[in-house]
Amino acid sequence: MEDWKRGRAMFATVAAAPLTWLTLFFIIPMAVVWLYSFGTNRGLTDIDISGTLVNYQRALEPLYLGIFAKSLVVAGITTVICLVVGFPVALAIVFSTDRWKPWLLLAIMLPFWTNLLIRTYALMAVLRTEGYANQSIGWLHDRFGSIMPLVGLPAPGAYEPMNLLYNNFAVILGLVYVHLPFMVLPLYAALDRLDRSLIEASLDLGAGHIRTLLAIVAPLAAPGIISGIIITFVPALGAYLTPDLLGGPDSQMIANVIERQFKRANDWPFGAALSFLLMYATFIAIAFQAVKAKQAERRG
Amino acid sequence: MSDASPIISIRNVTKRFKGAPSPAVDDVSLDIMPGEFFVLLGPSGCGKTTLLRMIAGFEIPTEGQILIDGQDMALVPPNKRPVNMVFQSYAVFPHMTVAQNVGYGLKIARMPSDEIDTRVREALELVKLDGLAGRRPDQLSGGQRQRVALARSLIMRPKVLLLDEPLSALDAKLRAQMQFELADLQDEVGITFITVTHDQDEALSMAGRIAVMNKGDIAQLATPSDLYEFPANRFVADFVGSVNIFEGTLTLDEPDRAAVDCPGLGKVYLNHGVTGAHGSQVWIALRPEKLYLHVPGEGKAVREAARDAPEGHNFARGTIKGMSYLGDITLYEIRLESGAMIRVSRPNLSRRDQEDFTWDDRVSMHWRADSPVVLLS
Repeated sequence: MEDWKRGRAMFATVAAAPLTWLTLFFIIPMAVVWLYSFGTNRGLTDIDISGTLVNYQRALEPLYLGIFAKSLVVAGITTVICLVVGFPVALAIVFSTDRWKPWLLLAIMLPFWTNLLIRTYALMAVLRTEGYANQSIGWLHDRFGSIMPLVGLPAPGAYEPMNLLYNNFAVILGLVYVHLPFMVLPLYAALDRLDRSLIEASLDLGAGHIRTLLAIVAPLAAPGIISGIIITFVPALGAYLTPDLLGGPDSQMIANVIERQFKRANDWPFGAALSFLLMYATFIAIAFQAVKAKQAERRG
Repeated sequence: MSDASPIISIRNVTKRFKGAPSPAVDDVSLDIMPGEFFVLLGPSGCGKTTLLRMIAGFEIPTEGQILIDGQDMALVPPNKRPVNMVFQSYAVFPHMTVAQNVGYGLKIARMPSDEIDTRVREALELVKLDGLAGRRPDQLSGGQRQRVALARSLIMRPKVLLLDEPLSALDAKLRAQMQFELADLQDEVGITFITVTHDQDEALSMAGRIAVMNKGDIAQLATPSDLYEFPANRFVADFVGSVNIFEGTLTLDEPDRAAVDCPGLGKVYLNHGVTGAHGSQVWIALRPEKLYLHVPGEGKAVREAARDAPEGHNFARGTIKGMSYLGDITLYEIRLESGAMIRVSRPNLSRRDQEDFTWDDRVSMHWRADSPVVLLS
């Protein structure tokens, strides 16, 4: 296509509809919320945009900073687990035969087509005290318990169900479950582009598989790894439903706090300030990726 | 060298790929001696690359055995084999400098870094890349990347160097130059080279011995000149070089002479015997450069024209139907009196030679009685 500057009329026609849409339903509401963050509550519904920084001041109090920090840690752990689990999965799909590849990719994407709420409740059914996980482990426990006296070991006591739900473990498990496809797909895209003969050349020169993975595959897949990390980390940081349903009293993340400001606390200005702090954090993460990508580009 | 044991011994190796109707490599046996420049030549899909990859360890033979230096390689993974490979795409690691690429194998082998530096410098000198150690692969030309791949393999001092279509990605000039350089390099390092190629010129110019492969099988194993001058069958005669092939019947077969009656070419006399049954179907292969074109005398009768041919030569007549001037030679497509076409090449020994003939000229041609090759299959 030619330079858009030369075909201004045409460009304007094509761009008008999406631009209007974005302005009306994205930029303006965002701007409104942004203005709210500099306002004070007056009455139940009135907000006086006074230019105050009180909301931000309050958002930076240790209580909220602590929740921010905790959200960062939870999202970070989620991302690391997704990377560690997702990398071998992506590799396996890349090296599967052409007949299997589309089915494996479909299996990765299948959860996207199921409502998040339903998936989360299903996970709750697995993790409950009387859930499938505890039942299965209890069954194994009883079987082994009946064998142990036969081989001269003391019989273990009755199985105590583990607390798998309503704690940080459940939140991270749920977040990993939800965000794994976000990690696998960019990794798959990066690894699929990799020239196989580079891997063979490394093996040919005496490197083992692990060494080849670390010295050749990982550096060359770095752009995919970084975008996988970003698009896993950013939504995990703003996760609301998962910590709300799977978490305990101490597992609330920043999105839960924000929701409470808008609803129960009816403190929109403060909620807006928290929201924008979260967005700034996200921007920093994306800017970091952009800088890294530029560096990688310059290195060739 | 004749009493040395083979460096690579391929014994009844068959490779079947899942879902493929016929085996990629079909019961191939082959011995390659130390220090040889060995070439696997064949059209794409003939199994030559699969055979090379089985030696490297990237494919596992379905049946049969591969021995390197007397050791069975069945359970040895690629990274433990005493061979190294130069890949068709060169597979130079894009995120490493030239020096890091070349030193990669030694670093894996945990060699001290000062020793690696010395060896890298030597290897780069060997492939004439000294001074480019700090470059990144995207700053190199295709020819330079190939030299990096060569140095990276040679630095490992393998018993055998495997080269997969090493020159296919280079332009014609560079390819011709690299053919000489590869042969010189092999001479210098004394390592056994096994090269896979589909390019017959490349094979003929570099190889000590060539195995021509067809449909997973070795069609002929010979030196370059034997392959060209004494092809064993129609496939080899046709694949290596350019050739005219005529079907015929063996009508005379004595120890010092033979004759083949070809419907297309007429009766072809040979001044040597053929080990074939009398009356059996054979083929005559005649290379275009072994035919001499004649300027026919004005209005000469057939009998007189035949006298133009030297004593003991075969003779045929036809009309020029196509010409292609290639500078050093001119190629002529000639329709014989039988209607069959024959190709003749003529060296342009003086500057106006190509003007001797033109389209629709009636010409006669002759060839020595030992020029045709009689093929039984």
